[in-house]
Amino acid sequence: MNETFRGVNIIVYRILIYGGLLFWAFLCLFPIFWTVTTSFKTAVNVTQGHLIPWIDFIPKWIGLRSLGLSPETIFEISTVRDEFLKRFVNSAITSVSASTLAVILGSLAAYGLSRFEYKLGIFKNSDISFFFLSQMILPPVVLALPFLVLYRELALLDTTTGLIMLYALMVLPIVIWIMRDQFSTIPLELEEAGLVDGLSIWGVFLRIVLPISFPGIVAAFILCLVLSWNEYFFAALLTSADAKTLPVMVASQTGSQGINWWSMAALSTAAIAPLVIIGIILESYIVKGLSTGAVK
Amino acid sequence: MYLVWSFALCYGVLLIKGERGQRALFVLPAFLFTIAMVIFPLIFSVYISLHDWNLSAFEGQKFSGLDNFRALLGDEYYWNSMLNMVYYLLAILVEYAIAFGLALLLNAQIVARKFFRVAFLLPLMLSPVAVSWMIGKSLMEYRFGPAATLARQLGWETPAFFSTTEIARISMMILDAWTFIPFMMIMLLAGLQALSKEVIEAAKIDGATGWQHFWKITFPLMLPVSITTTVIRIIFKLKMADIVINVTSGGPGGATDTVTSFIFREYRDRSNVGYGTMMAVVYLIIIVILMTFLLKLLNRWMQKVT
Repeated sequence: MNETFRGVNIIVYRILIYGGLLFWAFLCLFPIFWTVTTSFKTAVNVTQGHLIPWIDFIPKWIGLRSLGLSPETIFEISTVRDEFLKRFVNSAITSVSASTLAVILGSLAAYGLSRFEYKLGIFKNSDISFFFLSQMILPPVVLALPFLVLYRELALLDTTTGLIMLYALMVLPIVIWIMRDQFSTIPLELEEAGLVDGLSIWGVFLRIVLPISFPGIVAAFILCLVLSWNEYFFAALLTSADAKTLPVMVASQTGSQGINWWSMAALSTAAIAPLVIIGIILESYIVKGLSTGAVK
Repeated sequence: MYLVWSFALCYGVLLIKGERGQRALFVLPAFLFTIAMVIFPLIFSVYISLHDWNLSAFEGQKFSGLDNFRALLGDEYYWNSMLNMVYYLLAILVEYAIAFGLALLLNAQIVARKFFRVAFLLPLMLSPVAVSWMIGKSLMEYRFGPAATLARQLGWETPAFFSTTEIARISMMILDAWTFIPFMMIMLLAGLQALSKEVIEAAKIDGATGWQHFWKITFPLMLPVSITTTVIRIIFKLKMADIVINVTSGGPGGATDTVTSFIFREYRDRSNVGYGTMMAVVYLIIIVILMTFLLKLLNRWMQKVT
């Protein structure tokens, strides 16, 4: 009697767990599903709330056509497509170079801070670390307006270079945070062995430390990539024509057009697609990057 | 200019100090970069904030001392957005509870854990601008967004998510929570997985039920991780703006404004650099005081508990 009771209990427990998991997975995935499918819907399908492709409605290339990317328009000349591709490339260049810059600067600094003793006046290692990490607290809005004025003077306004530098600054603390944890897990003996073999400090860093900590670097790089790809605030303030990134383009569409649902959906899909793919493929790295520092 | 100078400095250090210089070279680039990009603009922003400076006005800047500050003290909308920040920060508690629950679910013995983890992670990867369109402007659309339809079927006659003060604020919280719960969840999950198995086994043998077990063992052990997570979440929350700018632009009547989005509009609509900067500087000061206070408090509390 008691045994069966316990069995039922476990089954109920299982159902609750899976129910919760499935519910939340639905909450996470439905908006993405909705956006992707909406880019194939005509106005009628949207207003009548049709949801499932091929059953509720017949998908059309309408969203991609509005961007000039559908099968039948891909070889024709399209200004919208040129605009879109330009923004897409801008976003890609900006985020990749900013992440690279931040990872280089950040891992150098993190390595230095985890290995050597520094003295800069009254400041010691922990103070320098704190100085870097405290940048995270700084709200972007404090920097935005001075940068606007400064960049105007330096002719960096609306240039990709200007944005890259800002984004690198924005993600630098995160890189240092992740990499410092990474480096402190590497045994010192390895490096000492390298030094004995006649490598310089830089030789040890490049030949021994970097290869070992490669997964950490990838994790940091991806986090940076995500943050700078999605960045909207600085981009909206500091770019207008040339260096405008994809999020700014998406945002500018939301205001002006009433209900051009399919084209908005296609744009949003394009803005999230690279990251969704990265997320699915490199999920374990992202999780790893986020969880450093959580456990000490 | 600054670039050339800092290269020269790096090279000079290398020459003078030899090996010790090589060590310094690890930190110096990042250090100089941060100084150039943070400290200098910060000082400059204090300078701007003391001026009456409108970029679209013809006459350019004019020193006005503390006029901006006085204007700020009387600015209802600014303090209103501050108050909103308090509400938004309180929402973190709910987010934390949900994230903890999800982390527990993911940590249970389940099949297809990989699938669930990826699915749960995805919202974090999406661009806030796209999210604000996807959910804010289409799913929650008044006439035929699926969320509105669902709400109608559940008995809410007029599911207008963004037109009255309280509901609009809650909607914004939900949107923001949707993107950031995965972040908290993953950090908490890492914490859960690092808990030592022996402690849990021992508790099981002692015959603790699930509920007791959670409150007596898991929760206290998770306290440090929880605090780290929450502090980082607070930092991110204080920067929240993109979604607000794109979904409601702060409306109705400033009910959903965050400080950042308010300053953003002050600049974009009025080009009022001087006043905007003053607001930002005051915000920074408040944040720094708040964070120092919070960290001190947490430190002391942690010492007492452990």
